[in-house]
Amino acid sequence: MATPTLDRSAGAAPAEDPARGPVRRLSAWLHRHAGVRLAALLAAPLFWLVVAYLGALAVLFVSALWTVNGFTGEVVRQPTLTNFRTIATDEVYRTVALRSVGTAAAVTVLDALVALPMAFYMAKVARPRYRRWLVVAILTPLWASYLVKAYAWRVLLANGGPVDWLLGGPGSGPGYGLTATVLVLAYLWLPYMILPIYAGLERLPDSLLEASADLGARAGRTFRKVVLPVIVPSVIAGSIFTFSLSLGDYITVQIVGGKTQLIGNLVYANIGAANNLPFAAALATIPVLIMVGYLVAVRRSGALEEL
Amino acid sequence: MTLSRSARWLLRGAMALGLAFIYLPLAVVLINSFNADRTFAWPPAHWTMQWWARAGDNAGAREALWMSVKAGLGATAIALLLGSLVAFAVQRYRFFGRGAVSLLVVLPIALPGIVTGIALDTAFRSVLAPLGIGKGLFSVIVGHATFCVVVVYNNVLARLRRSGGNLQEASADLGADGWQTFRYVTFPVLRSALLAGALLAFGLSFDEIIVTTFTAGPGVQTLPIWIFSNLFRPNQAPVINVVAAVLIVASVVPIYLAQRISDTATGGRL
Repeated sequence: MATPTLDRSAGAAPAEDPARGPVRRLSAWLHRHAGVRLAALLAAPLFWLVVAYLGALAVLFVSALWTVNGFTGEVVRQPTLTNFRTIATDEVYRTVALRSVGTAAAVTVLDALVALPMAFYMAKVARPRYRRWLVVAILTPLWASYLVKAYAWRVLLANGGPVDWLLGGPGSGPGYGLTATVLVLAYLWLPYMILPIYAGLERLPDSLLEASADLGARAGRTFRKVVLPVIVPSVIAGSIFTFSLSLGDYITVQIVGGKTQLIGNLVYANIGAANNLPFAAALATIPVLIMVGYLVAVRRSGALEEL
Repeated sequence: MTLSRSARWLLRGAMALGLAFIYLPLAVVLINSFNADRTFAWPPAHWTMQWWARAGDNAGAREALWMSVKAGLGATAIALLLGSLVAFAVQRYRFFGRGAVSLLVVLPIALPGIVTGIALDTAFRSVLAPLGIGKGLFSVIVGHATFCVVVVYNNVLARLRRSGGNLQEASADLGADGWQTFRYVTFPVLRSALLAGALLAFGLSFDEIIVTTFTAGPGVQTLPIWIFSNLFRPNQAPVINVVAAVLIVASVVPIYLAQRISDTATGGRL
């Protein structure tokens, strides 16, 4: 314990003592001015998040109101609602938006169904010394690259690949398409659902479950009346990840989705091939509105604290 | 817990099936990296090491790997600084808009990646391009740092909450100034949380493709971008498969490090 060389006389000396050096004086001055300290802490992060991020989002929303001149390809910086009118009236965009939301919802439900028994086993059934290893087993694939996992499924689902082979010959598996997309997205985001539920269950004392059993409830009733209410915020926290990550995805769809199109693909196509950034921006506001609505709706459940 | 025998077995079975679902696809990639057939006919009939040799010679993959490391280190450094600052502010002070600040930190990861990507892209095009600043590695780092802040923030905030303010007050009572308290008390308490946050931030950045697609300048190719651009070329498939196998095996390293850092660092905080 030789390292800290603290000034033992500091308690008695007044703050203005010139012998204490500029660092001390600055530190004492800061101590008296909490507002300055707070401003110093928040200045850089808020500058970054507000200017770089919220600013970028603002530019995005503003540019959604612009249009592209059909002949010159130049952006016309005049606010109109043309883009949104096209999205609202054109059948294609409504279908794709609904398909994207449906996909995200299906992925979330699938993940919750698979994650619940696994998390429950990890937190309440497995012996404590195995728990740590089970958590590691769930965490490890998160570090394996997203692309690698999507690629693994591309190989698995290929015509004549392992899944076909397992189900009895080429063409007998689901192949590439919407089903494959939902399956692979559910695979990719499964740990994001398991981990918050596991954390929620770990905080649930075993004595509550025993009390429920002592009062005559069977396993099913205990689950519905004791376990479920406790882990709802955890499930919602997990669903924020699974839903949001699925909603914006356009890479997995390209890898295993065949010709399936989601919002992300349309946004990407409008930026790249069509070179219509304003329209892409207008399309991108759809997932933002859905996610912001979702976040605001679940804020009261306490799910955001679980993230 | 009072579960019947059969319920226990059901749960055990669900766990085993779940783990099989998680690991079998990865195992297939590993096996296929030795599959002599170019199109990965299954089950493999012949085995070879030549894909590994060819992947080792691939300059594109090596350059992309180095680019990913640079982007990851830059984003992690910025995220460590900004994330810790916000965590201190939110934990130590009560101020107007505190809830909004913590929501703002979570927002870049809660919103779909394509939104963050297109927003930054639009901003770069409309604001920075007229100033003569083009997209490049710098813009990738900016994009990655924006969504990496939250993982550092979460880890530091959790540690600050658990450790409370008593140690800092004791240090001040013993006559330490603000810097000494930070250097000898606060920082040692935070060190493992910072390491865990840095590890997660680097991992997030290293794996990111969507935001990268939108923010990367010409010639800036991170490893995921390189993999994706080669994914649909049939004659590159075996090399891609080896790179994928390497990344799967390498994912053990951060897990090992995280376990070494602390037993709580990996407790599901993302």
